[in-house]
Amino acid sequence: MDPAAIPTLPRGVRLHRDRVRDQWVLLAPERAVTLDAVAHAILSEVDGTHSLAEITETLAARYAAPPEQIAADAAAFLQALHARRFLDLSP
Amino acid sequence: MTKAKPPIAMLAELTHRCPLSCPYCSNPLELTRQEAELSTEDWARVFREAADLGVLQLHLSGGEPATRRDLEDLVCAARDAGLYTNLITSGIGLTERRLRALDDAGLDHIQLSLQGTTPEMADEIGGYRGGFARKLQVAEWIGKIGFPLTLNAVLHRRNLHQLPRALEMALEMGARRIEVATVQFHGWALKNRDALMPTKAQAAEATRLVAEARVRLKGRLVIDYVPADYHSDYPKRCMGGWGSTGLNVAPDGTVLPCHAAQTIPHLRFESVRDRPLTAIWYEGAAFEAYRGTGWMKEPCASCERREIDFGGCRCQAMALAGDPAATDPVCVKSAQHLDLQARAAAHAEADSPLTYRSAPGKPATEPAE
Repeated sequence: MDPAAIPTLPRGVRLHRDRVRDQWVLLAPERAVTLDAVAHAILSEVDGTHSLAEITETLAARYAAPPEQIAADAAAFLQALHARRFLDLSP
Repeated sequence: MTKAKPPIAMLAELTHRCPLSCPYCSNPLELTRQEAELSTEDWARVFREAADLGVLQLHLSGGEPATRRDLEDLVCAARDAGLYTNLITSGIGLTERRLRALDDAGLDHIQLSLQGTTPEMADEIGGYRGGFARKLQVAEWIGKIGFPLTLNAVLHRRNLHQLPRALEMALEMGARRIEVATVQFHGWALKNRDALMPTKAQAAEATRLVAEARVRLKGRLVIDYVPADYHSDYPKRCMGGWGSTGLNVAPDGTVLPCHAAQTIPHLRFESVRDRPLTAIWYEGAAFEAYRGTGWMKEPCASCERREIDFGGCRCQAMALAGDPAATDPVCVKSAQHLDLQARAAAHAEADSPLTYRSAPGKPATEPAE
């Protein structure tokens, strides 16, 4: 995945606080994806303006984690969402 | 017995009224009349109860949900309750003005049904002249407004050859997803097995085409596939397991574990008019009846797949084996499996005119000569 790519949640895909199960989920057409803390942290930075590289940098600083590890985790997760059409990537 | 988990999805059958009369309609043979349908306020309350119970995904279905004049208000109420709203429609009854009102109401997603890829096929299957042209118009408006779209192509012996074109149409309409659904033989479809049963060769070809298209269209179009199960060796994990992930509410408020559950004669169903949804889900006898694995007989009870497919479909076991606690006859381990395969082949060889779904309150029509 290109570090310069800008991920965006397309229309019809949104973060949702599941108050009954006390967890975050990603709601998409006819699907609900349970998010762990890492997945939620990544998606919280997806705003349609920041690139994967910038998101990685923000998260690495916030969690004092190795940037390579964060970059690998974020890219794999976002790529999987993209394959399911739950995420747009530009350019 | 372990306590059930909350459901993720609810199918709200807002009405049984529909301008189409598809011969594989999943509505029951005994259709609910308009006078018995839940009111706007009742549905709004049910949506709030569903959200409190843990439902995340609401499927607004029918019949044709656009037949309800209060559809926009219902979407609004569902979004207010915090639910993700999906409209399952043929498109008939939707205008650009109504679609814009649904957009304003917060509708999240539309699933548009496809009866065929040509006007001749689609209008014959739907029993509604001009329906195909209208659907294409509605698809254009959906794209213009920007709703996320899933195309739901229902396939059977008469139109399985149109699968490649259905995939192209999904791309042309800008759909993110297509559901390639081979007809499931419940409800009205049971009356049409001679007319609609695919051949084993057709079923295999569809599987091959889907596998090829999934690779070719990766990242562009997601393909969900429901194979022809009479020709399969293992049954479907029906409803994700009875009473485990989803529930249906019929137009009159009857709460069902699946849309065909009323074909199981010994089950008693409750209504949202009489009891809160939470109590019906966790304590209702119909939900408890086939939840988990405790109800199973052999060969299901000791089967290594018992928590993979939960013995298949209870309604299909009822319809084909006469026992809702039997193994789904689709399964290779069922004593009826070979017989079912022979029956499937015979249905596929037979020819019969279509028996269309009737309108609520009217008796079923016999096949035209």
